[in-house]
Amino acid sequence: MLSETDLSALIITLKLASVTTILLILVGTPIAWWLARTQWRFKFILEALVALPLILPPTVLGFYLLVALGPNGPIGGIMQSLGGQSLAFTFSGLVIGSMIYSMPFVIQPLQTAFSNIGQRPFEVAATLRASPIDRFFSIAVPLARPGFLTAIVLGFAHTVGEFGVVLMIGGNIPGETQVLSIAIYDHVEVLEYSQAHWLSGGLLLVSFILLIGVYAYNRRFSLYKNS
Amino acid sequence: MSIKLKYKIKRPDFSLDIDITIPSQGITGIFGHSGCGKTTLLRAIAGLEAEKTGTIKIADMLWQDDNFFLEPHKRPIGYVFQEPSLFAHLNIQKNIEYGLKRISTDETKISLDEAIELLGIQHLLKRQPHQLSGGEQQRVAIARALASSPKLLLMDEPLSALDIKRKQEIMPYLESLHDELKIPIIYVSHSPGEIARLADHLLIMEEGKITAAGNVTDLFSRLDLPIAHSDKASAIIEAIVTEHDLEFNLTYLDFPGGRFTVSHKALEINHSVRLRVIARDVSITLEHQTHTSILNIFPAIIEEIIPENESQFMIRLSLSGTPLLCRLTKKSASLLQLSVGKAVFAQVKSVALLS
Repeated sequence: MLSETDLSALIITLKLASVTTILLILVGTPIAWWLARTQWRFKFILEALVALPLILPPTVLGFYLLVALGPNGPIGGIMQSLGGQSLAFTFSGLVIGSMIYSMPFVIQPLQTAFSNIGQRPFEVAATLRASPIDRFFSIAVPLARPGFLTAIVLGFAHTVGEFGVVLMIGGNIPGETQVLSIAIYDHVEVLEYSQAHWLSGGLLLVSFILLIGVYAYNRRFSLYKNS
Repeated sequence: MSIKLKYKIKRPDFSLDIDITIPSQGITGIFGHSGCGKTTLLRAIAGLEAEKTGTIKIADMLWQDDNFFLEPHKRPIGYVFQEPSLFAHLNIQKNIEYGLKRISTDETKISLDEAIELLGIQHLLKRQPHQLSGGEQQRVAIARALASSPKLLLMDEPLSALDIKRKQEIMPYLESLHDELKIPIIYVSHSPGEIARLADHLLIMEEGKITAAGNVTDLFSRLDLPIAHSDKASAIIEAIVTEHDLEFNLTYLDFPGGRFTVSHKALEINHSVRLRVIARDVSITLEHQTHTSILNIFPAIIEEIIPENESQFMIRLSLSGTPLLCRLTKKSASLLQLSVGKAVFAQVKSVALLS
C-alpha cells in the first residue's frame, strides 16, 4: 500500500497544510476584518494583491519566492546574516510559500463573511457597552462562523493540492519537503500507477468529503439566519 | 437636570443644525418627516455619527464637545433601532444579557427580571431570534436596551416597521416604560398618533432644524406647525376621571373647559388621562344645541382661523384655555359668519382615550 516515503510525504503534507492554515487564519483575520471595514479609497490595491496568487502561475510565484528566500535573496540573505540558514528547500520556506499561495482562499471568504454582517450589529453592541475589541470577538467572529469554516477548509485543501510552488521552493527532498502531490507525480513518472491511484484516490475522497461538510454546514447556517 | 444638544452637520446632500436644551425627564418626542434629520440627531447623541463635534451634555456628564468625544460604548445609553436588530447568534436571554454583562454591578439599576417582566417576554427566553414575530423581537430589543441600565433611552421609530396589530401590542409596554421608569426617553417618530400617546415634551424638526419645541398639548394645536395640518390633526387634552355613571355605563372626564362623557372605562377616580380629539370630529354651532345626540358640547372662543385648502378652514378654539382644533368647510364658516374672538359651541363627535 503506502511505502515509507509515501507515508512521510503524507505526514509532511498534513503538517504543512495545518501549519499554513493556522498561520493564515491568524494573519488573515485582521487583514480581512480591516478590508471589510475600511473606507480607505485605495483598498482595492490591497484586494488585488491578495487575489494575485489566484491568477499567477504557481511556478512564477515559486520562482520569485526561491529568489527571495535563497542565500542571495533579500529575505534569505537576512536570515543567513543573522546566523540562520537560507529558507530555500526547507519546511519553513514551504510554509511561507504555501501561505502566500493559499492566502486568497482564506482572506476572501473571511472578508465576505465580515462584510455580510453589516454595520448594524456592531452599532447595537456599541450602545450595549461593548468596546471595539469586545465587538470583534463577541459579534464579528461568531457571526462570521461560516466564513471561518470555509476559509479553514479551502486554505487547508488548497495547500494540500499545491504543486508548482512547493516544487520550486521546496525542491523535492523525501522526508523533508516532498509532499503528496509531488509524490504522486514521481510515481506516475516511473509508471507506478497503483501507488499513484492510492494517493490520488485518497486525496480526491478526502477533499470531496471536506467540501460536502462545509457546504452542508453553511447551508444550514444560512437557512437558520434567514428563516 | 437637562439635556443639552448642540450639533451641526454639513454634507453635500444633507445638513443638520441643532442647538437646544430638553428636559431630562419624561418622554421627549422628536417629530418630523423622513429625511428631516431626526434619526441622525439621535445617532449623534449615541456617538454613532462620524462628525464628532458640537456639544452633547446629559445633566452633568459631558459626552462630546469640540475637543472631547466619548466613545459610544462608554455612553450610558439604551438605543432601540427601527428594526429589532437582535444578535442572530444568541438566544433571547443571551441577547438581553449582552448589555447587562458589560456594566458593573453598582451601575445596575434595572435587573434582568425587571426588564423581562416589563416587556412581558418571560416565555421567549430560550428561543432564537428568528423564531419570534416582529413585535416580539422589538420587545426583546427594548428589554435588552433597558437591561444595560441606561441613563438615557433613545428610541428611533421603534414601531414603524410593524403592522397596526403589532403596534398596538407594543404600545402598552411603551406606556409602562413611561410610568414605571425614571429614565428620560427621547422618542423619534413621524407618527402624530404615537407622539400624542407617549410624549410629554415635543420637538418638531424640518430640514435639519428644530422649528418648534414645547409641551405636546401646545404644539399639537399650533396652526403654524405641520402637525396641525396632517390628516388626523388633533388636539390633545389632559383630563381627570371624576365619575362613573353606572346607569348608562359611562365615565365622566373633567378638564378645565368642561366635562367629557365617554363610554365606561375601568379607571380609578382621579386618574389622569390623555384624550385626543381629531379636528374633523369637531363641529361648530352658534347656539347650544339641545336636540342633538352629541353629548360633548363645550362653549368656546375662536382663537385663530387659517385656510387649510381650497375648501376648508382649520380653526383653533379655546375651551377656557384648553385648545381644540376644528376642521370645517369655508362655506360653513361663511354661513355662520365665524371670526376670531367669536363665542361659539364646539360639538365633539368622538374622542379617543390615549392612556
